[in-house]
Amino acid sequence: MPGFWKRVGFAFRSFSSILFHGEVPEDVAREVLKPELPSGATAEIAVTTVIEEPEAEPSDGAVQMLALLQRDGRLIDFLSEDVAPYPDVQLGAAVRTVHQSCREVLERYFKLEPIFSSEEDQLITLQPGFDPAMVKLIGNVSSGPPMTGVLRHRGWQVKEANLPSLPRGSGRKVVAPAEVEVP
Amino acid sequence: METKYIVGIDLGTTNSALARTEATASDENTPIEVQKIPQLVNPNEVAERTLLPSFIYVPGDLDFPKGSLSLPWEKEPQFVVGELARKRGAENPGRLVASAKSWLSYAAVNRTSPILPWQAPEGVPKLSPLEASAQFIQYLRTVWDIASGKNGERLSEQELLVTVPASFDEEARELTRRAAEQAGLRHVTLLEEPQAAFYAWLENQSDAWREKIRVGDLVLVCDVGGGTTDFSLIAVSEENGELVLKRVAVGEHILLGGDNMDLALARVLRQRLEAAGHRIDTWQLHGLWHQSRIAKEELFSDLSKGAHPVTLLGKGSKLVGGTIKTEVRREDLDHVLVDGFFPVVASNELPARQRRIGFQELGLPYAADPAVTKHLARFLSEQVRNSPEASNIRRGPTGLACPTHVLFNGGVMKASLLRDRVVSVLNTWLREEGFEALGATHVLEAPDLEHAVARGAAYYGRARRGRGIRIRSGASRTYYIGIESAMPAVPGMEAPLKALCVVPFGMEEGSEAKIPDREFGLVVGEPAEFRFLSSSIRKQDQVGSLLEDWGDEIEELSPLEVTLTLDGQQGSVLPVRLETRVTELGTLEVWCVSRDGSHRWKLELNIREKSDKSLAA
Repeated sequence: MPGFWKRVGFAFRSFSSILFHGEVPEDVAREVLKPELPSGATAEIAVTTVIEEPEAEPSDGAVQMLALLQRDGRLIDFLSEDVAPYPDVQLGAAVRTVHQSCREVLERYFKLEPIFSSEEDQLITLQPGFDPAMVKLIGNVSSGPPMTGVLRHRGWQVKEANLPSLPRGSGRKVVAPAEVEVP
Repeated sequence: METKYIVGIDLGTTNSALARTEATASDENTPIEVQKIPQLVNPNEVAERTLLPSFIYVPGDLDFPKGSLSLPWEKEPQFVVGELARKRGAENPGRLVASAKSWLSYAAVNRTSPILPWQAPEGVPKLSPLEASAQFIQYLRTVWDIASGKNGERLSEQELLVTVPASFDEEARELTRRAAEQAGLRHVTLLEEPQAAFYAWLENQSDAWREKIRVGDLVLVCDVGGGTTDFSLIAVSEENGELVLKRVAVGEHILLGGDNMDLALARVLRQRLEAAGHRIDTWQLHGLWHQSRIAKEELFSDLSKGAHPVTLLGKGSKLVGGTIKTEVRREDLDHVLVDGFFPVVASNELPARQRRIGFQELGLPYAADPAVTKHLARFLSEQVRNSPEASNIRRGPTGLACPTHVLFNGGVMKASLLRDRVVSVLNTWLREEGFEALGATHVLEAPDLEHAVARGAAYYGRARRGRGIRIRSGASRTYYIGIESAMPAVPGMEAPLKALCVVPFGMEEGSEAKIPDREFGLVVGEPAEFRFLSSSIRKQDQVGSLLEDWGDEIEELSPLEVTLTLDGQQGSVLPVRLETRVTELGTLEVWCVSRDGSHRWKLELNIREKSDKSLAA
């Protein structure tokens, strides 16, 4: 509690401040209204788990993609295994399943479209100003555009990507959590 | 305050759904929309679905990484609701609340005390079946308010219909109401699910339903879903020309459904694999269960396929090395599912009751006999007998209730093989009782079985606000006859035509109207052209309105040329009053009554969809 004369000063200042200005002086409010801590007790500070956000790395999206393909399609398990010893029949059965589920992953999270919608092995004419990132020329590439050639691969581009949010914290490096079965 | 929407909420045992339609729309064809429900489908991933799986997972600290459960409206929800709950619950069943609805109707437990997850390990917070049901409704409400709340159209302000199984007792219904209240929805109307399914069928049929259903029919509603089977009988009647559905009998809430069927197939596959020397543990059985469901749906929908492959990938890193391959064969489907769950039985074959073992594990009362057809036999024979309406139900000499139609509902009944089997078993019984078998028109099928109940509830809500669903169909256009105006002749110009409304839009077949205050001149004794017109745009015109200018809104039909005779009169114009009638066959009759009432002439026009002209005098 503040000392006697201090209190007298506070009382007078508060009286006139409230009467003429409708408010309590700031320093008075701070001193007087501050909640008193019981002696000996330490103030409880709410503990919030602070999740350490790691710095975003350029590979985060790629790791997420691996994680999605593994979670829903088990692609990483498949690619990591040595398949040499297995007969085609057994490999084929596994491939069909992995193919189906990984395909669903692509469909769920991306809208993938070919760059050219024409049929493969058809003639196609390229106009001047085409984007070399979108079209790769092979064969007898002599005269400049426009040129006509045979479409061997339609290309792929991502029209839309709908990815879930990245995991927090350590989850960002995880492609698949280890699984422990508790009996 | 005028409510904007009518909302149907289906709280299913396995999946919940919500459908809505605009309340003020006068057009019967206003669409009914199924609500998209965003939910957690994986950690860190929220996606929209049209169904909300009725599962709640109570996460502990170790289940999910921190922050991976955040929803757009809540960063750290206490429970996981929906698809992720179901997925994770398969991995850790001790924390999963499932079948809350079946618990809500189970009188042997205290439904308001926290008992779910059932037999959860220590330390898991529990909910009562009431709270769990409230959670689902609350979730739907939150999703709605987030999507529409901007316009001030909160769910609590709409007209709400919530469906319940017909087998719910008074307490279960009251608990459903309380669950809605707990979720902040105070004024809800409860509608029984078989009726909602019927209304969904009506909505899908548009006007064609009148050819399939008549007053006096008795409809068996056969609802087999993922975990439950419900039977009820609905009598079709009318009140003031409005279709009224009365549920006259209901069976028990039988805990038997598609999940049992998938599990049965999975067991067959396990036996087959074990006979080939493989060992199948619980997790692989789970995988077999999931794949059996897919194989079952494929084989049911493509009847030409003889088998469907099932592959279990090896666990851990030996994916290819541990791959086991087998298949579900057509014979498995026929033997295990069709004959196992829908066997051909006599109408007096009742479900087997297992001999009771003295001590029972406490839990939901799962059905002991998996034969759905036996449960149906029991329903039609014993349970109908106990219904208060028993005397109104059409029954055969043995007392078996004999429906005139069947309406299928629930995911399992999507399979045509199973529907056909139920119908053929039912027909055998009907013939034995001396009634005619059901033909294809007696089997009512609504598409979209997963959302049917929610849609049907919304449709019912809208219908009862308006004039209800009329038993007799109404005119689909407004009809007029052409009246030649009395005007001085102008060379080269026809006298202008006025249109007199004789059949207002929606006038019901079998009703009449008089045009009392006007007289018209009827040409008798010489050939005259009677011109008819119709409009699909002008729906508000009343009988007797005389129109002069109508632009494009009214089109003329081909005229009727006829000579009306009256003895001794050649080419006169007689004053007459007009009365119109639309017969039950959809014919418009315009009666011209002479002023003294002594003579009547009739003009006829067929106004059913294919308009044909017929002639009478």
